[in-house]
Amino acid sequence: MSLTLEADALECQRGERVLFRGLSFSLAPGEMLEVTGPNGSGKTSLLRMLCGLLSPTAGEIRWQGSNIRSLKEEYLKGLAYLGHANGVKAELSAVENMRISCGLDGNNPDGQKIGSALRRMGLGGREKLPAKQLSQGQQRRLALARLLVGGKALWILDEPLTALDADAVRLVQTVIGEHLGGGGMAVLTTHQQLDVRAGSTRRIDLAGAGGH
Amino acid sequence: MLATLRWVIQRDTTLAWRGRAGVLSTLFFFVIVVSLFPLGVGPEMNVLRMIAPGVVWVAALLASMLSLDRMFAHDYLDGSLEQLMLTPQPLSLVVMGKIIAHWLATGAPLALIAPLLGVQFDLPPRALLVLVASLLLGTPALSLIGAIGAALTLGLRGGGVLVSLLVLPLCIPVLIFGAGAVEASISGASAEPHLSLLGAVLLLALLFAPWATAAALRISLE
Repeated sequence: MSLTLEADALECQRGERVLFRGLSFSLAPGEMLEVTGPNGSGKTSLLRMLCGLLSPTAGEIRWQGSNIRSLKEEYLKGLAYLGHANGVKAELSAVENMRISCGLDGNNPDGQKIGSALRRMGLGGREKLPAKQLSQGQQRRLALARLLVGGKALWILDEPLTALDADAVRLVQTVIGEHLGGGGMAVLTTHQQLDVRAGSTRRIDLAGAGGH
Repeated sequence: MLATLRWVIQRDTTLAWRGRAGVLSTLFFFVIVVSLFPLGVGPEMNVLRMIAPGVVWVAALLASMLSLDRMFAHDYLDGSLEQLMLTPQPLSLVVMGKIIAHWLATGAPLALIAPLLGVQFDLPPRALLVLVASLLLGTPALSLIGAIGAALTLGLRGGGVLVSLLVLPLCIPVLIFGAGAVEASISGASAEPHLSLLGAVLLLALLFAPWATAAALRISLE
């Protein structure tokens, strides 16, 4: 079975409101899905659904042809998620944060790989500082550095550019481009215009996708 | 699998160590509450010996409740709980690691300091040993049962009070057998039946709690 992510007739209902309904798409290696829409249109809910954190009201999500609910941990092996919150522990240093996320992924933390990922994200020289001493943007960079060492096939990124400066935005675009070029996939939401050179981009606009 | 467990324990114990103040405040709470009783009741040795098991155990129970909000709430707020839930391992395993780390930071120090407090109540040495044994068996069960409540009330306003209301009734067997073991030992009877029952409660909690907590976390994070 080829490496694809498919969504079939997804519906999301939060409370009384239907945020979207009948949402279908598929994503192949080297492709990126950009989810757009106004605030409150269900972008984050869609991304959390794709991670399996939120179950769709109707429809299903398939990874390599099987429903992600039955794949469970098997699916999570190929998935990296960056949410609104960075998932960075403020008490731990950048390196410790990275080591733990590697360890939890089932990989032995590789000091060199972690060091080069941190330097690439512009955190060189700040590896040993507790993350609470880093700025918002630097913490976001740290969260993004996790993607570089994870080696996951599917990246799900919720507003990855929040709090980043212009240099970092360019860097993230390059990194996503390389990921797609290497046969990876990405689903992301953003309010900024992304300019990713490699791979092909699909867009889904959630505005007005809900019914009543 | 074991590597994941080790990483979660290492992560949470490191965090507990960096945030020592929280851990110490639980311990001080326990020490102060227990020490208030001899001061309040007065130096009547027979009375003190009689109330000691109940006082120490109730204080231990309350101290464990006090520390429950630390188990998931911080990770929930900074988004690392979501990352933990996306670990490619069964969630109940991750939860088990967090519970073990929570016990190491709260239950274990509590059990180790208890004999010092027992001396204030004029407990005989044998009873002090039984007290430590009962706390070593009972506090892990409290952490396990408490984890379910902490997961269920995650993100709710006033969750701290709610978690106590949910969990305290479930902890009554632990309290009864734990205090019972010490009482038996003071009165010269064998503490073994009580300790065995306490062990049984612990085993039951070990079997059931990680799974229930994982399910509760999934619901809380939807």
